[in-house]
This record gives sequence, C-alpha cells and structure tokens, in this order.
Amino acid sequence: MSSQLYLSSSPHVYAGDRTEQIMRGVIYALLPACGVAVYFFGLPALVTLALATFGCVGFEAACQKAMKQPVTVKDGSAALTGILLALNLPPNAPWWLTLLGAFVAIVISKQIYGGLGYNPFNPALVARVVLLISFPVQMTRWTAPAPLFSGIDAVSTATPLGQAKESVMLTGSLPSSMQGGMGDFLLGNMAGCLGEVSALALLLGGAYLLVRRIITWHIPVAYLGSTVVLAGIFWLVDGSRYPDPLFHLLTGGLMLGALFMATDMVTSPITGRGQIVYGIGCGILTVLIRLFGGYPEGVSFAILLMNAATPLIDRYTQPTKFGYVETKA
Amino acid sequence: MDLAREFGKGIWRENAVFRLLLGLCPALAVTTSAENGLGMGLATTFVLLCSNIVVSCLRKLIPAKVRIPSFIVIIASFVTVVQLLMEAYVYDLYKALGIFIPLIVVNCLILGRAEAFASKQTTLPSIIDGLGMGLGFTLALFVLGGVREIFGSGALLGFSLFGAGYQPFLLMILPPGAFIALGLLLAGMNRLDARKE
Repeated sequence: MSSQLYLSSSPHVYAGDRTEQIMRGVIYALLPACGVAVYFFGLPALVTLALATFGCVGFEAACQKAMKQPVTVKDGSAALTGILLALNLPPNAPWWLTLLGAFVAIVISKQIYGGLGYNPFNPALVARVVLLISFPVQMTRWTAPAPLFSGIDAVSTATPLGQAKESVMLTGSLPSSMQGGMGDFLLGNMAGCLGEVSALALLLGGAYLLVRRIITWHIPVAYLGSTVVLAGIFWLVDGSRYPDPLFHLLTGGLMLGALFMATDMVTSPITGRGQIVYGIGCGILTVLIRLFGGYPEGVSFAILLMNAATPLIDRYTQPTKFGYVETKA
Repeated sequence: MDLAREFGKGIWRENAVFRLLLGLCPALAVTTSAENGLGMGLATTFVLLCSNIVVSCLRKLIPAKVRIPSFIVIIASFVTVVQLLMEAYVYDLYKALGIFIPLIVVNCLILGRAEAFASKQTTLPSIIDGLGMGLGFTLALFVLGGVREIFGSGALLGFSLFGAGYQPFLLMILPPGAFIALGLLLAGMNRLDARKE
C-alpha cells in the first residue's frame, strides 16, 4: 500500500464519462431520425447530412489550426453539431446553404467563443436561425415526403404549422382539412426539416439518451409539458383558431428541440430545478411564437432565448451548500 | 505639438469606432450600405470640425461648471445646420439616415473630443484633431458599411458585384449583422496590430 497521501479537490467520485462517449451516444440516438429522414426525402437528405457533418468537422479542424490550438475534432462534438444542423435544414437545401450553416455554427458561434464548453448558444440552432433570417426562400422551400424507391418526384408543399399559420392569418381560423393525420405526423410522413418529421424516431432516440443517462428527464418533460398545457388552454378557449396540443406536439421541431437541442449540456442550466425553469420558459416561448409570432415555428428562437437566460437561471438555482444553515439577517 | 501625429491618431491608433468604440450607435445602425456609412461619417466630421473650432475659441469664456451643456448647445447648432443642408441637397440620403442625423448631437465621439481635446487646446490643433477623428470615423463607417453591403446585398456603392445568381446574405444588413461584422473587423485589426509588434 502506498504511503503517500494524495490531496485533490472535488469531484472525488469519477463516473468515467468522457466527451467522446457522450457525443457518440447522442449521435447514436439521432440515427433513427436520420434514417427516417433519408427514407422519406431520399438522396438529397443523405447529401445534406454528409455535407453538414463533414463541413462542421472540416471547419472545426481548420479553425483550430488557424488559431494555433489543439485540434479536437476527434471528440465528435463537431460531427454532432453537423448532424443536428442537417436535421434543421429543409430536404432540398442547396450545398452552399449547408456549408454556410456549418461555418456559422462552428466558427462564428463556437470557436470564436472559445470552443466546446464556452459557447453560450447552441451552435446548430444559431446556424439555423442565421440561415432562416438570411435566406427565407431557400429555408422554407419544403417538399412533400417522397419515400425512397417510390419513384415520385419531389412535390413542393407547406409544413403543417405553415398551413395552420397561413390559414389563421388569412381567414382567422384553422384550415378545414389538413394534409395528413396524427399518424402521419407521428411517423414523419409530412413536410418539414429533415429532423422535424418523425416524432417517433426522435422519441426512440430520446429514450436511449435517458437510459444512457446522457440527459435527465427535467428539460424534455418541462418543455413538452408546458407546451401541451399552454397550447391546451388556447385550444379550449377557441378550438377553431388554435390547433390542439397533440398537433403542437407532433409537428415542427418541438421533439427535436426538446430532446436534443434544449438538452445540450453546454447551454442549459446545471441543476434539475434550473432545468425545469428553463424547459417551461422554452415551452411558453414556443407556443407564443407559434400562435402569435411572425414565423410559423418558434422552437429554435425559444431555445436560443432560454440559452441566453441560462446563466441567470443557474445563478438563482444554486443548491445550498451541504450543512449550510441560513442565518437570519 | 506634432500636427501630423494629431491628425494620424484619429485614423488608426485612436480610431473612434475600431479602437475607442465610441459613436457605436450610428456606426451600427446606419451602416447597411457603404453610401450610408460615408454620408453619416461626413456629416459627423462636419459637426465635429465646427464644434471643435467653436469650443476651442470659446474655451476661456465657458465656465467649467456648465461646460457640458454649453458643448451640447454648440454641437446641436451645427447638427441643425447639417440636417437642414442634407434635407435640401441630398434628400435621399437624408431619408435613409432618418433619426440618426439629429442623434449626431449625442454622439459621444463629438462630445468626447470637445471635452478631452478642444476645451484644452488652441484652435489649430483642434481643427487637425477634428479632421483626423472625423475622417477616421468616416473611414470606419465606410468600411463597415462596405463589408455589410458586399455580403448583404452583393453590391458596393450600389454596383452589383456578383451577378444575378448571388443569394444575398440578408443577415448582414440586418441589425445582428452589424455586431458580427464589427466584431470580426475588430478581431482583424487586433491581429494586424499584434503582428506589427
């Protein structure tokens, strides 16, 4: 037995998690959603996925080399950002749009802030919002799903949320008939970004993350729960104008956002209590933007806004120190 | 006093926008094109030059306790002159710059030079200082506006650069683009300075 006495600061119990393992876990969890995207949207989806992933990894390596820092592309965080970015793009995104998105995500919103762990905002979401604001035409050119090997050419159409918004804007009520039913929305047979279409595949991945304990239940439950509650209240008040909660839950980027984007470890609060506050904030903002904002979809804006509030939430939800007794002032 | 040095400091070493980060409100808000940046810069230069002259002439008459209100009155007079002149002769630019012309009154660069330089110096150095600082400000706004116009509209000074196939990067001429462009330009300047040393 060693006679030396080691002194070190906490943490003393080490779980053995490393960045690479966590990133790899999240990538595995995203594979079902990627598979569904490729199935419904075919080759263009595969090209976008590959381009975004290799683009992000390439920009990360180039940027770190240029800034004379150790190149850390092997930790998988850039590849994960690339996959998330691709899942936030429309199926027929032109190549330059994807690469520009990768540049914005990695260089502007990650490396300039100091790299992994220092970025205040989710890089993939920053890229999506930058692209959405800059290129509204290319970012909202949706195509109806055309399953692989079905021989159908891409048909342009609107997303369910877009249809609902436009109808409410023009006529003051929801469209009388929507394309597709809840079953289609659940499986992913609808127009949207690559990763927005299949709630089922995303839930599968989310369950894997929960089992592997890469994420905790707080953010997804608070986010989805507050969305359902708030959307439900509006729906009960006026069902002809506001869509029902299930529609909110299964369409748009809510599942992707609540399970994979809002739960990003770097940009979300640390404590469970803080994560619940954060999730509820995301949910309220999402519903408000969807129902009253200028854009049909509000998930990315909602998460980015709550990213900005994260340091504040962390400050107010600091756990009490062990053994600390509050003294009356 | 080295007049050439006084002139040169405003262009690079103490550039209002890129080094002192003064006058950022117009620098960020109106630089959606190189032309707007140039117009705003020249209007500011005119006001800065005139206010520096008057403040340095009157510096012994202005009581120290009310010097800031006095400076503001002097600056506001010249801003009114600029505003009326622009409305009469360059109406389009006047419309494009909008509220930011009257807001030149509260540009911290102008008040800063009146307080820090013109109220302590004779007239000739104050003229040189005003010209240098003003031209440095104009240059900064022109560069910032140019960068944003090239990316955000695919043009420079209204001339299309990349042909019809170019998809404009709209964000650059929206407010967030101003912050991103300024940040990247600052990074570039710091890099240049670091290399010189």
